[in-house]
Amino acid sequence: MTILGILIPVSLLLGGIGLAAFFWALKNRQYEDPQGDASRILTKDWDDRPKP
Amino acid sequence: MTALPRMDTTPSACPACAAVPAAGRLAALSAAAGGRIMLSLPGVHCAACISTVEGGLASLPGVRSARVNLTLRRVSVDAEPAVLTETLILALNRLGYEAHELDAGLLSATETDRQGRDLLMRLGVAGFSMMNVMLLSVAVWSGAEDATRDMFHWISAAIAIPTVIFAGQPFFRSAWAALKAGRLGMDVPISLAIILASSISLYETAKGGHHAYFDAAVMLTFFLLAGRYLDHRTRAVARSAAEELAALEVPRAIVLREGTEQVLPVSAVSAGDFVRVRPGGRMPVDGIVTEGSSEVDRSLLTGESLPVYAGPGTVISAGEVNLTGPLTVRVSAAGKDSSLHRMADLVAIAENARTRYTSLADRAARLYSPGVHLLSFGAFAAWMWITGGDVRFAINISAAVLIITCPCALGLAVPAVVTAASGKLFRKGLLIKDGTALERLAEVDTVVFDKTGTLTLGMPEPTNLQDHPGGVRAVAVALARASSHPLAMALAAAGGKAARVSAIAEVPGYGIEGQWRGHRVRLGRAGWTGAESLDVTATYLSLGAASYAFTFADRLRPGAEAAVHTLAAQGKKVMLISGDAEGAVRDLAQRLGITDWTAGALPAEKAAAVARLSAQGHRVLMVGDGLNDTAALAAAHVSISPASALDAARVASDIVLLGRDMAPIGDATRIAAQARRRIKENFAISILYNVVAVPVALVGLATPLAAALAMSLSSITVSLNALRLK
Repeated sequence: MTILGILIPVSLLLGGIGLAAFFWALKNRQYEDPQGDASRILTKDWDDRPKP
Repeated sequence: MTALPRMDTTPSACPACAAVPAAGRLAALSAAAGGRIMLSLPGVHCAACISTVEGGLASLPGVRSARVNLTLRRVSVDAEPAVLTETLILALNRLGYEAHELDAGLLSATETDRQGRDLLMRLGVAGFSMMNVMLLSVAVWSGAEDATRDMFHWISAAIAIPTVIFAGQPFFRSAWAALKAGRLGMDVPISLAIILASSISLYETAKGGHHAYFDAAVMLTFFLLAGRYLDHRTRAVARSAAEELAALEVPRAIVLREGTEQVLPVSAVSAGDFVRVRPGGRMPVDGIVTEGSSEVDRSLLTGESLPVYAGPGTVISAGEVNLTGPLTVRVSAAGKDSSLHRMADLVAIAENARTRYTSLADRAARLYSPGVHLLSFGAFAAWMWITGGDVRFAINISAAVLIITCPCALGLAVPAVVTAASGKLFRKGLLIKDGTALERLAEVDTVVFDKTGTLTLGMPEPTNLQDHPGGVRAVAVALARASSHPLAMALAAAGGKAARVSAIAEVPGYGIEGQWRGHRVRLGRAGWTGAESLDVTATYLSLGAASYAFTFADRLRPGAEAAVHTLAAQGKKVMLISGDAEGAVRDLAQRLGITDWTAGALPAEKAAAVARLSAQGHRVLMVGDGLNDTAALAAAHVSISPASALDAARVASDIVLLGRDMAPIGDATRIAAQARRRIKENFAISILYNVVAVPVALVGLATPLAAALAMSLSSITVSLNALRLK
């Protein structure tokens, strides 16, 4: 059962990274325009090369 | 709303200069406002629109970047200070998009925006800790014992307690507010359940007990926050009516002082000043015309579909649009005293007067809260008596009762249905702005329509073009092309070939004049062309001694007939109340088969008519678009406005019709009735579930596993039931 001593901190750490990423996305206003982001993926601009 | 003169049809090389010759001075004024410009774009709806708008704006000189927000239908433009908002709006009009300036200062840091992010963050934290605590709880349920179980409980506590303190705050705050006001809201039992569950679990953990409810406390927080966030999202779409009305008001006026023109903010204009209004400009103040002649478009204020002649002595109200010639106006009232502001006050009064609608959720909460408290306290007292004073056991039971009566299903019952129904209606082209609008729409038995801009598009169409000889038509078209008057534009668009007419000149306020084969030809008002005036919308052509009348009818909005018939078929009473002239209203009512119509109604009369119907016990749905409808929209039980309506009208209404087609209104009432039924079913499911689960908890058989299962099952059942909506 000593493996729990490693697994529990690891699972918490991984979850924590996910939470931190969520916070980052929220702070960066990635949830401001869900509809627009869903549509933007369909535009043909910059399909052939990355936006400079 | 009548078609406003499109600036890009002005026969000048620089349309902006023709409309606003004081552009240079305006630029100096806008520069102070900074480089970020916010524009409202009601027309954007797809991926192609985003590229067109962003590409089109970015190609303008001085624009650094443009970003469309499709959810809010806005574009935010980062531009050099020299770039004028007018230029951007014209560029967007040329691309085919309607655009309005928004006051960036008023809108940038909105409170609702911040609240939404706050709720989402708490939801994320609750979700994270729910997953982790559940992982540990499953281990305990599957048989972890002694030291392992205690350790898992302690780790759960370390995750759950901070989460509950952080994520539960919205509930604690509103529960505290409710208690201070002496009420028992839905949030009081919720907060009590969360706090009691966490503290009992902490106590049990410290004592090495078997049962801990950390997962239940966190799950409760998560599900309830999800309901709260859905609720917030549906409401966040609405924006404050006052803000939008303020944004509509013309911020600047051209004032004549000591013989020179000065561009001043409207707040600096006082009664007695002389103000110059150029063609295409909106009246910044109330006043009386002293010089010049023109026609003014009053449709936004009164619903009149025809422009009105304005010459010396004509009384002008703020918000009207000057169409053909420059006017000098002596100010009688500006700013706070102007009629535009009084209209805003009218809306505010009507909104206050709207009786607070008690939603089904509120009514359920009113029954639920006292019941739950009584039950939980009763369980505590009974078990104290049975066990002979075992406080720890009795508190455990009463906490289990509080948790298992599960307000999560109740908290999700309404938001889940409203979100599903709003999504359904959004795809049909209706935007629900108010959470209770659907419930209110389900109760409607009377529908009141406005005419201009609502049942009709506010775009005149020539009706008797084919009755005139081709040569006459060609002359009329040639003259009509020189003007930006709505009737002339309609004639030019529909008339076809133009004759060769020379020396064309527009006489502001009267019409257009020219020379054709040596005759003087005139197109315009009846008196000016020497024609006999008809009682329908018409313009007149004089050709030598003969004169011809071109009549017009307002084009019907697509789906208007279908909507009226569907509503009538559903057994609702349909009425038409318009500010327009009697002839036009009678025609339309006959075309649509509406027997109950009123013409020439003033804004206050419209609101009064709606209030009278409400007083008779009718539930009124008001459909309107103009400033003259805003008070009536706010006074009605529920209201719908088309997207082409003024922002103020859209804000005052509960539902916005996004497309031009009106037929979805019939669907809306049907879906609303269905949604109401689903909400009731969801309540029934929650009650049924409580009837089964509560006795189990009361006799002390509820384990944390049972609570977790019951809680997630009931929440998922109500969500699935909500998705059944067709």
